[in-house]
Amino acid sequence: MPKIIKNLIWFALALLGLLAVSTIALNRGESINALWLITAAICIYAIAYRFYAAWIAAKVLMVDETRATPAERLDNGRDYMPTNKWVVFGHHFAAIAGPGPLVGPTLAAQFGYLPGTLWILIGAVLGGAVQDMVTLFFSTRRNGKSLGQMARDEIGVIGGTAALIGTFLIMIILIAVLGLVVVNAMKHSPWATSTVAATIPIAMLIGLYMRHIRPGRVLEASAIGVALLLLSVFAGGWIDHNETLRVYFDHDGLPLAFAIIVYGFAAAVLPVWLLLAPRDYLSTYMKLGTIVLLAVAIILLRPDIHMPAITQFTDGTGPIFGGKLFPFVFITIACGAISGFHALIASGTTPKLLANERDIRMIGYGAMLLESFVAIMAMIAATVLEPGVFFAINSPAGVVGKEAVDAVAKINSWGYAVTVEQMNQLAKDMGESSLFARTGGAPSLAVGMASIFGNAFGKHLLALWYHFAIMFEAIFILTTLDAGTRVGRFMLQDMLGNFNKKLGETSYMPSVIFTSAIVVAGWGYFLYIGVIDPNGGVNILWPLFGIANQMLAAIALSVATGILVKSGKLKYAWTTALPLLWLIIITSTAAWQKIFSEDIRVGFFAAANDLSSKLASGLLPADKAAVAPQLIFNQQLDAYLTIFLVALLWLVVLDMLKMCWRHFNKQAVLPLTETPYTQTSYAK
Amino acid sequence: MLKKLWHIWHLIRELSGDSAYEQYLKHHAAFHAQSVDARPALTRKEFSLLMLDARWKGINRCC
Repeated sequence: MPKIIKNLIWFALALLGLLAVSTIALNRGESINALWLITAAICIYAIAYRFYAAWIAAKVLMVDETRATPAERLDNGRDYMPTNKWVVFGHHFAAIAGPGPLVGPTLAAQFGYLPGTLWILIGAVLGGAVQDMVTLFFSTRRNGKSLGQMARDEIGVIGGTAALIGTFLIMIILIAVLGLVVVNAMKHSPWATSTVAATIPIAMLIGLYMRHIRPGRVLEASAIGVALLLLSVFAGGWIDHNETLRVYFDHDGLPLAFAIIVYGFAAAVLPVWLLLAPRDYLSTYMKLGTIVLLAVAIILLRPDIHMPAITQFTDGTGPIFGGKLFPFVFITIACGAISGFHALIASGTTPKLLANERDIRMIGYGAMLLESFVAIMAMIAATVLEPGVFFAINSPAGVVGKEAVDAVAKINSWGYAVTVEQMNQLAKDMGESSLFARTGGAPSLAVGMASIFGNAFGKHLLALWYHFAIMFEAIFILTTLDAGTRVGRFMLQDMLGNFNKKLGETSYMPSVIFTSAIVVAGWGYFLYIGVIDPNGGVNILWPLFGIANQMLAAIALSVATGILVKSGKLKYAWTTALPLLWLIIITSTAAWQKIFSEDIRVGFFAAANDLSSKLASGLLPADKAAVAPQLIFNQQLDAYLTIFLVALLWLVVLDMLKMCWRHFNKQAVLPLTETPYTQTSYAK
Repeated sequence: MLKKLWHIWHLIRELSGDSAYEQYLKHHAAFHAQSVDARPALTRKEFSLLMLDARWKGINRCC
């Protein structure tokens, strides 16, 4: 194609993107079509990928396609193995895309569709995708070293230790909050509970099949598993309609939470082939299939967005979580824009599979753009709901009241129309007894997805679509829960191994049980508190998770900035330093507010003090007074945890700055650990 | 067309790990089988256990 035509196409794409962004940003009052969000996203991604990512790859990182990658040099046919770039892309995307980008945008929709959408787009192209790509690059140049190792080798011991502790903490909080999301989706829903429960024996069956009947035949086993999963959605409906069976699956939050805790422990101790690996296969197929289906449905249906661009809750009074737009929209979106967790994947398995450095842009930057696109779709699914319905589903009983009439009156008083009949009809359509106060994002996302799927592919199947969506979310939330508990166990065993050799052995059963129990007790505690908290728990746990995740991203960007400066690329260091600076600002501000704010819905200490004084003066009803001491202790613990997280962040940043300072003053710093150049032996 | 479909099927098999064992056999034949102290290739079952172990030792899923 002649250059001029190419340029014209890119120019037209830029204009279209500009039009789409200004439409979504300037529209007030009327509802706009979801296709504008999709258009804006695709144009921005295309331009960022073609120009910004290409520029970073060529000028900042100086990606060299003649250089042999670790996969080529250390090829062992197993973990180091040159692999087709689309296959690496698939593995990398499946690893980074978890439930985070689905839950975060749904919660952030309380501010309106605009703030969250803008941050998902801007944060991903300037921050998250850059972080993933540079981390992947630096790890590839270091034989696939992990983020923690790179931090230790390039910046110093402090950075390395902080990265390790940060990863462990984020895992604990993440699992707790995800467990809470599943509990809130299953609470008093025999259909959802029985479907989710059925995924466990299905996974085990597939595990046995792949281990003993037909070893390694992944595709046929997965096909059987996916068919059984779909069947379990139907079977759940049947159980729900069966009066004798449904009582076995109709539970309060607390027993469900304990069931998840027991399950998590079992999954961490059982051999991987039995539960973890087959569940992961199934969840990956479900995830990819559902995301593609959702994209197709949105494009076919072109739904209108009913949520206003900006709601009054930007002032910090939001029902789902307290706190102003700045900094909490950034903390809440987290994974869909920048996720520190990705840096762990980009410095783990992926760099060991890269056949050529030129694929780094597509895999590092491209996969994050796709993840950001998933977040945009979650935002659409949440905002196509009537705002009144959205708030009725997501507002915890502690904020709007336990009775449907009170909740509706409260939501109406905010200016969002919804009636008790409307909610009852919706619950009936979805095959649920009630949809009030199902905080956490999964049910409202499922209602949004069910209505999109229902309108696109057949309305009479709403209840099936709803429970399909719940099953889809639950299955990969549980996969993250299993995998996270196991990784947490390994990290703990690794740390304990420094004190006692026996405890460090990953196959030594007493150590396995001991360390798994500690990890499960860690997240189980936060899950328990989240369930007994009348404000829904998500209000506390999600911001804590967001802060931890953004802190990890800041560590990754610190490592990258440090390496850029040391390699004499100071003039390009802003590519990672600017997102780093922004993350430092938002995490520090959010942490400051969570610690010192006097608003009891934001500040941990303020909430603890408020609850203690109410308890002391006997103002609390008996049921709340019974759990108050635990809630007070938890709020204080959360405050100290926040202080600890932000202190870790500053330690790493200051350590990195100290290293840069020494570098400028020609003092000795840790040397670059890049492996020397070897020419690739593959023909171009 | 048929060739393209075949190619896509190949990608799917590779992506899912369905063809991992065949790839390992190829790798083994090309690099290890001729050496002096060559060991016989792993069986399908041994290989899939090894892969499973390698895959689940570190962080491979995130949020």
